[in-house]
Amino acid sequence: MAQMTMIQAITDALRTELKNDENVLVFGEDVGQNGGVFRATEGLQKEFGEDRVFDTPLAESAIGGLSIGLALQGFRPVPEIQFFGFVYEAMDSINGQMARIRYRSGDTRHAPITIRSPFGGGVHTPELHADSLEGLIAQQPGIKVVIPSTPKDAKGLLISAIRDNDPVMFLEHMKLYRSFRDEVPEEEYTIELGKADVKREGKDVTIISYGAMVHSALKAAEDLEKNNVEAEVIDLRTVSPIDIDTILESVQKTNRVVFVQEAQRQAGVAAHVISEIQERAILHLEAPILRVTAPDTVYSFSQAEEVWLPNHKDIVEKVNEVINF
Amino acid sequence: MKHVLESVESQFEMFQILDENGKVVNKDAMPDLSDDNLKELMRRMVYTRILDQRSMALNRQGRLGFYAPTAGQEASQLGSHFALETEDFVLPGYRDVPQLIWHGLPLYQAFLFSKGHFHGNQMPEGVNALSPQIIIGAQYTQTAGVALGMKKRGKKSVAITYTGDGGTSQGDFYEGINFAGAFGAPAIFVVQNNYFAISVPVEKQTKAKTLAQKAVAAGIEGIQVDGMDVLAVYAATKNARERAINSEGPTLIETLTYRYGPHTTAGDDPTRYRTEELDNEWEKKDPLVRFRKFLEGKNLWSEEEENKVIEEAKDDIKQAIKKADGYPKQKVTELISHMFEELPMNLEEQMEEYKEKESK
Repeated sequence: MAQMTMIQAITDALRTELKNDENVLVFGEDVGQNGGVFRATEGLQKEFGEDRVFDTPLAESAIGGLSIGLALQGFRPVPEIQFFGFVYEAMDSINGQMARIRYRSGDTRHAPITIRSPFGGGVHTPELHADSLEGLIAQQPGIKVVIPSTPKDAKGLLISAIRDNDPVMFLEHMKLYRSFRDEVPEEEYTIELGKADVKREGKDVTIISYGAMVHSALKAAEDLEKNNVEAEVIDLRTVSPIDIDTILESVQKTNRVVFVQEAQRQAGVAAHVISEIQERAILHLEAPILRVTAPDTVYSFSQAEEVWLPNHKDIVEKVNEVINF
Repeated sequence: MKHVLESVESQFEMFQILDENGKVVNKDAMPDLSDDNLKELMRRMVYTRILDQRSMALNRQGRLGFYAPTAGQEASQLGSHFALETEDFVLPGYRDVPQLIWHGLPLYQAFLFSKGHFHGNQMPEGVNALSPQIIIGAQYTQTAGVALGMKKRGKKSVAITYTGDGGTSQGDFYEGINFAGAFGAPAIFVVQNNYFAISVPVEKQTKAKTLAQKAVAAGIEGIQVDGMDVLAVYAATKNARERAINSEGPTLIETLTYRYGPHTTAGDDPTRYRTEELDNEWEKKDPLVRFRKFLEGKNLWSEEEENKVIEEAKDDIKQAIKKADGYPKQKVTELISHMFEELPMNLEEQMEEYKEKESK
């Protein structure tokens, strides 16, 4: 075991897979000699050479196209999109192309591509850096969307993502990159994609979340405990596909649910998950499922993040509403 | 500024070997093709012209679906394809089905592509190609990736892709040629300039005098070719291929060509935007007419031989459409099974649901 930040765990996972599989290629804007704008690929080009870890011209759409072409030659591309707000430039290559290639070729071609991209608020980034756009990709059949919240999850999930033979969008919350350290096994390990994780057990209410909001939910759970409310916190880890089994098990125990996402109310994946729960477990519910989200405006100007982003107090408030329904 | 433009444009004069009368006007550039090769080129062009005529008819009868006519572009499509090897990878646009067929896609599968059946897109093992790309430009960035992959694997092969004149306005067009240039990747980018993107004439796409000169923005070689001259198209592609496999990077080839038919059979009426004079002018440049004259001049082609090809094509087409018509219908469970290597839980559930429906 070693103490690692999430960014170190990500670098460690990339190093592990570059070592394990000569087909793994890491590329993007400034990921080579510079080691990435967040140092996620630090030292990798030096260790594995420019043939394996390389910079590209500044064009996200072609980074997507390049990945598809390399996949067609048997490589396992791990491209980076510098900030997820720039995904709009690559939307066709991701949703219109790589997510569909296995299907459109009748299972004769596939795209084992893992796109890494940072996102998320709370660090006062300029425009279109922090936006939560996971909902856009989660609506596209053919691609999985993974969002880790801890260093340990990040490493195991990224190794699984890279080994997956279909495209995976791996979203890294910027605020979580270096905010804390955690025990991370030094050896290689995997965490199955599509599996949620109960980060805290409780019997009174289920708080479902992902990304940075998992930590807000855990903080809220501590506050709630003081008032004798035992909250169970589920970290989705994969937001597409959803781990319905883990959610249902919890809902049947607590009979109350609050869904927490950083994305705006009309975005993210809350509505989808809530719909699944009501279809499958409405008779277990003692109260409506409520959502904690950002307001339906464009992502806030950086100075307004504090009042705009959902936080643990918002969660406590909604949980109390659900408990007292 | 004017001075710069003129000097750039002067670098992109049209490359031609055969004129409209089938006369060799550029002896030095004559490609090294055997008599058999020359005849095979003609055979493919005639066959493809018949395929176009029959496809139009089958489409009108409702036996084919989506179809983008190819008549007029035989030299551009088949001359360029003839310069390739089996190990080269083809990334076609939606009008580039003929290249796929000559690269190894069985005709009945090309028809299934038209009808909207997944089997049409299942390239047989060893056929290095993707099915026709509908998103104009996407094939260009993917080609840069395939070519870079070949370079990394140390293969002596190339990736070739096609788009039209309208497609040169897309961002992916520029990104594709620029990436291939920056990586020194063995790619051939073909622009088939038939002067119209549906109803929009090329003058409305760009103020640039040639499309070939767009290569300059990527710092790669560009050449404008008479796209109705199969020998010129072949020679330009062959040259680009040699440069590519010798690590000299990608090439952009603009072929000046024409589609005699509509944009697609989905209701496009070219008389709304093209004059009869223009059509007549281009019919004089028909790639089949001039190459036929050239071959006849060498005693390599006869009416008899041509009729034989026509009959052969018609027979093949008849068999292929029959096979396509009789091909098993698609099931939702098959579509589900082609989504992922391992089905996620939502699809596993839906698979069960549709299995039950299909068993009733």
